[in-house]
Parts: sequence; C-alpha cells; structure tokens
Amino acid sequence: MSVHDTMEIRRVAGTGVPVRGNDVDTDQIMPARFMKEVTFDNMGEYVFYDARRDDDGNPNDHPLNEYKGASILIVNKNFGCGSSREHAPQGLMRWGIRGVIGESFAEIFADNCKSLGIPAMTTDQETINHLQSFVESDPEAGLEMDVNDSVVIYDGEEVDVEIDDAMQEALIDGIWDTTAVMHSNMDRVRDTVNELPYVEDR
Amino acid sequence: MSSNTLYDTVWEKHKVAELPNGQDQLFIGLHLVHEVTSPQAFGMLRERDLDVAFPDRTFATTDHIAPTTPQGRERPLQDDQAENMLQALEHNTSENGITFFGLNGEKQGITHVVAPELGLSQPGMTVACGDSHTSTHGAFGSVGIGIGTSQIRDVLATGCIAAEKQQVRRIEVTGTLSEEVYAKDIILKIIRDLGVGGGVGHVYEYGGEAIENLDMEGRLAVCNMSIEGGARAGYINPDQTTYEYLKGREYAPDVDDWDEHVEYWDTLRSGDDAEYDDVVEINADDLAPMVTWGINPGQVVSVDEEIPSLDAMADETARKAAQKAFDHMELNPGETMEGYDVDVAFLGTCTNGRFSDFKEAARVIEGKQIDSGVHGLAVPGSETVRRQCEAAGLDEIFREAGFDWRQAGCSMCLAMNNDSLEAGEVCASSSNRNFIGRQGDKEGRTVLMSPAMVAAAAIEGEITDVREHELTEIDTKTNPTAVVKGDD
Repeated sequence: MSVHDTMEIRRVAGTGVPVRGNDVDTDQIMPARFMKEVTFDNMGEYVFYDARRDDDGNPNDHPLNEYKGASILIVNKNFGCGSSREHAPQGLMRWGIRGVIGESFAEIFADNCKSLGIPAMTTDQETINHLQSFVESDPEAGLEMDVNDSVVIYDGEEVDVEIDDAMQEALIDGIWDTTAVMHSNMDRVRDTVNELPYVEDR
Repeated sequence: MSSNTLYDTVWEKHKVAELPNGQDQLFIGLHLVHEVTSPQAFGMLRERDLDVAFPDRTFATTDHIAPTTPQGRERPLQDDQAENMLQALEHNTSENGITFFGLNGEKQGITHVVAPELGLSQPGMTVACGDSHTSTHGAFGSVGIGIGTSQIRDVLATGCIAAEKQQVRRIEVTGTLSEEVYAKDIILKIIRDLGVGGGVGHVYEYGGEAIENLDMEGRLAVCNMSIEGGARAGYINPDQTTYEYLKGREYAPDVDDWDEHVEYWDTLRSGDDAEYDDVVEINADDLAPMVTWGINPGQVVSVDEEIPSLDAMADETARKAAQKAFDHMELNPGETMEGYDVDVAFLGTCTNGRFSDFKEAARVIEGKQIDSGVHGLAVPGSETVRRQCEAAGLDEIFREAGFDWRQAGCSMCLAMNNDSLEAGEVCASSSNRNFIGRQGDKEGRTVLMSPAMVAAAAIEGEITDVREHELTEIDTKTNPTAVVKGDD
C-alpha cells in the first residue's frame, strides 16, 4: 500500500505532533505483540499502543491522543532506535504521519522511512524544542517540510534543516522504492557475484 | 573517510553500481529470513510478479514466535496468529525454493545462532536479515546489516540493498578480562561509554587484546549488541580463532579447498595502514560484571557501583530520561543494583544463548537450588545448542537447580511466544534490550547482564556479584562440538 498520490515527494504539509524524549525505541512505537499479523494493514491502530493508554486501558494525554489529524511528527535524539521492525514507521504512516523532523534518527528507522516515502529531516536541539513548543502552543497551526530546499516553514518563518542527500534525491525524483531500479541492474549483479569466491550457484 | 579496513574491502567487493540518488547497490551474500518481518515482503513480491533472485543464498528459520515446550510445538500451534505466521513462512520458502529450518526440525533456532553454528556466516560476506541483531555475524569478519521489510523485498527480488557507506570507528579493547567477567560486560561497557546513539552513522570495528582473546561465542555476543550502541554493523577481523571455529561445519567451505579460503580471508583483514574515522580505547583489566539500571542498554553500572544521580546528567532531557528510568525501575540514585530483588532469571537469546553461555551459568548453579521466589527459564538459542548442552549434561544441572529447560526460540527476549513477564516482575536477563514492555508486560522490569550473573541472581533471588560465588569446573561428558560437526 502507498498512501502517496505521487512518487515524487517534494513537500509535506499539515499540523504537527510533538513526541518529546531521546532514544524512543521501536518497541515503544510498536509493541511486539502487535507484530503477529502477516500484513501491515492494522498497524495504524497499534502505534504507541501502551504509551497511549493508562493502567485501565483508557486513552491518556499522550500526544498521539491529543494531536489527532497531524501529519508531521517532531521528535528528539535517536528516535526509532532498537528493533528494525518496519511495523513502527508503517504504524506511524497509517496513523497519518507523512514526515518526521528530529534531532537524530536511528539508521534502520530512517532507512525504513525512506522506503515508505516519508522524509526524515534533522536539526539542532534548540530548533526542535522551539518547534515542539510552537506546536504545543498552537496545535492547529500548519507546518510545511520542503524537501527540495531542506527547510521547514512554520510561524511565517523558513528554518534551514538537514536531510540526507540520498534520501532527498530519492524523494524528489520519486525513486525511493528501489526494487525496480536495482532489478534493472541484474546483469551487473551477476558480474559482482562471479567475483565472489563464496557464491557457488553462479 | 576510512581506508583499507575490512569494511572498505568487503564493501568494494559487493558494490554492484551507484544508484541515481548516490547510494550504492550492494550485493548481499547471505540473506536470513524469519517469520515476523518477511511475510509482507513476500506479499509485495507476489504483487509485482517477481521471483526470488538468489534462493540458494537465502535461509529461513522460525524463532520469534516459537513455543519452547514440546506440547507448545504441536501443530497447529495454540496461538492462531503464530500458526498463521509459521504457515506463511512454510509456504513462502517452499514456493521459492528456500531452505527452511522448520519448527520441529533439528536445525531450528534463532537466526543469529543458527547461521554461525552451521557455518553459513563466513568472513568477507555481506549478511542481511530483517532483524536488527544481524550485526552478530560481524564476529566472523563479515558485514551484517539489519534491514526493514521493504528492504527484505529488495534483497529477495534483487539480492541487493541500496545503502550508503558508513564511517568506521575502531574500538580498541586493551588488557585482560578478569575471571567471571565476560564479552557481555565488554559490550555493555562500550554502550555505556559511547551511548545508545553514539554509533549512529558508524560501523564498529572491535579489536585489541581483550577482543582477540575471546572465543567465537564471545565475539558473537559483542557484535550482536553493536546495534544497542546505535551502530548498525560491528565486526572483528577474522583470525585463527575464526577459522578453527568454522572448519568442518556443514556450510563451511570443503576441507579440500580450505587453505585457499583461508588465504582469501586473510586478505580481508584491516591493513596495518588502515585509516579509521575515529579510534576509541577501552581497558578491560579492571572491568567488573556490568548490569543495567534503567530502560535502555546504555544505562549501565558495575554491579557494585552507585546508580548515577540526576546532577550527573548532561542536560534536562537526560535528567528526564533518568527520572523516567528511576520511576519505572523503582530505584533511587545512589543505590547499587546489588540486592535488587529478582522474580525471573532468563538465560538465552541471540546475545547469550550459546553453549558456552549455558556452561558458564551451569558452573554457577551446579549443585545449588535457585531461590524459591524465582522462576528460572533456560532457553537454548538453537536446537543444536540444546543438543550440545544435553550431550554435556548441562540440562540436568539446570533442571536439578529448579530451572525450566526449554526448546529453542527468542522466547522472553521479546515475548512474542507465550514466555512473558507478568505484572511488574523483575527479570535478570541475558538478553539485549531493557526497553519498557520489551519482555511482554508494560510494568515488567529488565536488568541485562551476563549469563553467569543471571545464574547467580537466580540462586540469591536478587542481583549479586558473581565473583563472590564459587564456580565449579564442569566436566563436559562429550565433545560438544561433535554434535554440530557430524553428519545430519
């Protein structure tokens, strides 16, 4: 499933949701017991499942309960660390997230975002804190992530942010789904394999 | 930019092409598959009418949802969802001609235990699996990369991933480990010092005297937890220890061609003139048994060391994180972990579920009884490990001490089968993650440590310094490696 109308992702716009804290792991984002389904279809219902509920199972004041309809997730350092489970960004995407901005992301999480066409942008702690506070003070305010120019636009200002070059190229050119382009190189794959002493089935 | 490291060499040998977005198309020489992260990828392949490009380089087993008792393993499984996942993997592997080490087969186990012991993981390979602990295989001098499900689709369809080369950080571990201090303590110390996000953007090359003196199982434990330090891959240059471990294993190269392979593997090692982006030195001489006190694997102290105070934290965010950990663990700064009550003692996982791990734990518990308030759970990392342990009589030691002796799987590392912590229980665990809810209960509390420390905690009913316990010498009745090196 793709939530995107087009493969070329140049901008993401919408309201924001701040999830504060460093080292938010993918076990928090998607508890393991929800990964026993053989499709990603229902993952949007399970995202941050435990963190979003109190001891009696009722919704608490977790940001994902408070900022419904948001498209842009704003986080701190090393977000998405731990398990490689794509269920985590799949869940966020199916909940409605189309872009993430943070101080830093765990690598596998960032790769998974790229595979799903979700831009992951980074900036310094001060800017993130400011952005999170801004959204907290005005949850209805629109934000925009401009992938082309590496800027975030909010509160009438344009703020420079970072985006990995390869992710940026892939999103702008609509080539973040890498299967087809790599498949077109299969002859070259065979050439590489032929030079490897450990592969017998050439 | 690094140069002439093993990582540089292996990368260049596997690079197929530069992709239009600047990433490299990297060939994956060994693709390991399990039931949780692969069914969606096989589904995407079917949607696109694509075949598996290298079925002979792809191996599957079932581990995350595997029940660990003989009754639990009867088909159909009691858990419908688990049965469904298992059937999907059986179907996907048979349809695509992929070797599957199935639930009730002799070679089933955790992917990162099975591939090394069968000789599938070898120096100079690129290894990928939809599991973050794929870093484990770096112990052989390979590059092991954990991937997401869309990337599994890529590897199935093309044998490749799109990736960018990382920086290489050399971690030089000097000195000699004391008795009852293990590989697990080295890696917990590294994660504590460099942080859980410290390795982002880096591959870790572990070296130095303390690393070179580790056996392969110790090296596997170190590389396994690279990802807990944020490093997607971690490796150790191959040497005589690596080659001796591999020789004669089922999927290792033929003994007739052995010298040729060793000659090749020797060329892969980082050169004397290798350049690293970064070098970090850690001394192992004074290392004590390490334990976690918090809710991420970087919140680590020595067993007899005080938990840090909030004042010692770098900034407000770190203070908030520490306070959250104190609240969850019901701990206060200034306390030590010694004496912290334990309800469950869990031995196993892709970090510490190998023969030597159970042997060291057995040396602590032999002839003793675990505390009456503790549930002891010993879960071999693979069925091969289980047979090795049973051939050496270790299962009897565990059973007599009061442990449950189980069949292979990930088990209580992440509680996707029915082995789970219950409300608020504390687990002394040889696993790799102490995240909130990780072991199946959101109030559950995990304390990570070496297998010998888990065994000592099981006996005392609380966390205790294993160095204060007398360890027995266990006479392994048979040569345990014969169990894996022989014919099927």
